[in-house]
Amino acid sequence: MPSDPTDGLLEWLGPILQGALVTLEIALLAYAIGLGLGLIGATARLSPWRPLRALGTAYSTLVRAIPELLLIILLYYAGSQALNALLAEFGGDTHIEISGFVTAVGVLAFVQGAYMTEVFRGAIQAIPRGQLEAADAYGFSRPTRFHRIVLPAMLPNALPGMSNLWLILVKDTALISVIGFEELFFTAQQAAASTRDYALFYAFAGALYLVMTLGSNALFARAERYVRRGQPST
Amino acid sequence: MDFSWLTDPFYQKALWTGFVNTLWLVAVSAVCGFALAVVFAVTRLRGPRPLAMLVTGVTTVVRGTPLLVQLFFFYDGVGRLLPEIPGLRESLIWPLLRDPFFYGALTFTLSVGAYTGEVLRGALLSVPEGELAAGRAFGLSRWQILYRLWLPRAIQMCLPTLTGELILLLKSVPLVSTIALMDLLKAANMVRDETFLVYEPLLLIAGIYLALTLVLTSVMRVIEHRFPGARPVASKRRRLLPG
Repeated sequence: MPSDPTDGLLEWLGPILQGALVTLEIALLAYAIGLGLGLIGATARLSPWRPLRALGTAYSTLVRAIPELLLIILLYYAGSQALNALLAEFGGDTHIEISGFVTAVGVLAFVQGAYMTEVFRGAIQAIPRGQLEAADAYGFSRPTRFHRIVLPAMLPNALPGMSNLWLILVKDTALISVIGFEELFFTAQQAAASTRDYALFYAFAGALYLVMTLGSNALFARAERYVRRGQPST
Repeated sequence: MDFSWLTDPFYQKALWTGFVNTLWLVAVSAVCGFALAVVFAVTRLRGPRPLAMLVTGVTTVVRGTPLLVQLFFFYDGVGRLLPEIPGLRESLIWPLLRDPFFYGALTFTLSVGAYTGEVLRGALLSVPEGELAAGRAFGLSRWQILYRLWLPRAIQMCLPTLTGELILLLKSVPLVSTIALMDLLKAANMVRDETFLVYEPLLLIAGIYLALTLVLTSVMRVIEHRFPGARPVASKRRRLLPG
């Protein structure tokens, strides 16, 4: 046990910053996949085809009603088991241990996608019908209509929700430490246990999360100005 | 699916304790957290400047860091430093300070206070100035204006959001399974460790949480409708879970 707490902090600074980097990587990847899942989910929920709509609703309702930590633990086991069952089906008896990184990203993205579904659904529904009808009248194809009309018109509505979800995601990455994956908080816990300076290391980890969330707040504020560039200022 | 362990009284007791603890934690944190939120919101709007800045700082830190980190900070960090304060071990509150429930409730109360405080602040700001002026014209004191006019009007405006915050609180309770407090997840983990069943206990409590969420949402919806001055027309957008 070091006599001076700053010694312990200096010693663990490298690994903790490394962990912060892993946390950011996980969050960014999960966010990107979550955005995709959210778009698919929103499309499903707004689809005229009933079974698809029911599927989208079931996904977003169930995932949002169950605690994240519980889902992460459930999906962690279910995901690795399902993948191994799939591999056993095709590749005989090759049992692979899925890397913690892939599981972490996958689980967080799955949860994120459900919340994103609702954000996108609301934003798309807020687009005036006339704009879509105009696009149809001009003979836009569905993909053109999506990226020329729907996307730019919905982004100003969706961005506050998207920014909220990003902040929730950054904070949810700490939950991954519960299943033993080495990210920022897990490393901080190890540091705290080995130096016995619990308060110091948890406060330090908290400060790093705060830097991440406050930093991304500034970025999202800029993004919001950008997507609102065509709108009258309020 | 093997649910035979459910007949074991030992596991029944653990699950029941977990269930009761979960509800208690939600109730205590919701009530104390809401009181704290009122204090936070009013301080930020009307309090002396240094106090308002302090509340802003606390709110920013609480909302910007993971709840799990806060929980560990209080339980493992502050909780371990406390015995070094002379005389505290012998004092009457020591049993309370050793109870993980206390740290769970403390963390959640602070979190509810910070998040809901922001919601309330926004709602307080959107109460029309004229209504407060009317209160003053009737000769109400500042306190009377606050608790008979300003606060009820603000709560009426943000009730649907408060429902959402309550559900968020319910869903953060499993975090306390990491600090030696028997909640539903802890009970499920115990069953998992001893019976080697991975999915059954987890799915069971997922079901319990799903049911709790639905019950809580419908109870809150009744309150929203019964709240004085609530307009029934607005009820459509109040549903947390899309049907």
